[in-house]
Amino acid sequence: MALTKAEIAEHLFEQLGVNKKDSKEIVELFFEEIRAALENGEQVKLSGFGNFDIRDKSERPGRNPKTGEDIPITARRVVTFKPGQKLKARVEEADLPKPE
Amino acid sequence: MTKSELIEIIAEKYPSMQLRDVEASVKEIIEYMSDSLSSGDRIEIRGFGSFSLHYRGPRVGRNPKTGEKVDLDGKYVPYFKPGKEMRERVNASLTK
Repeated sequence: MALTKAEIAEHLFEQLGVNKKDSKEIVELFFEEIRAALENGEQVKLSGFGNFDIRDKSERPGRNPKTGEDIPITARRVVTFKPGQKLKARVEEADLPKPE
Repeated sequence: MTKSELIEIIAEKYPSMQLRDVEASVKEIIEYMSDSLSSGDRIEIRGFGSFSLHYRGPRVGRNPKTGEKVDLDGKYVPYFKPGKEMRERVNASLTK
């Protein structure tokens, strides 16, 4: 099952006793302010978790896979996430079962 | 923007909550997300993106100093896929 904003807010209420209205608001602001910083072209560094970086990609040749027609893939700005050492180590050490 | 700057910005936008409570909450959000990922659970935040684990199979690596071969076990690495709103807003900033 996937973790959602509602569950993170519920966790703040249970773990820290933050009331439900505040926990919901804080979770919204957490994701919104990260997105706003990235929208301003700013890198976001959450130590222990990872960094969100902005990368500008230049135009490159592409093709419509259905028609085979050549169409350029326009220049774009994208977000990439680089997990931090601590998160990577925790995931590796968790020793999760191999995928089938 | 760093974690402490994020905490300050949120505290400014939501003055009804004390700075120390905002700080504890932001740290707990990050901790909870890390816990979930390390338990193999995905995180799905609509309009922001999803975090999941990608498996990297076992491989033979090399010690860069000695050139010696080393067997590396398979492992999971955290992966982030930006959501639609995130992609659109970030890309729109290119032409601003």
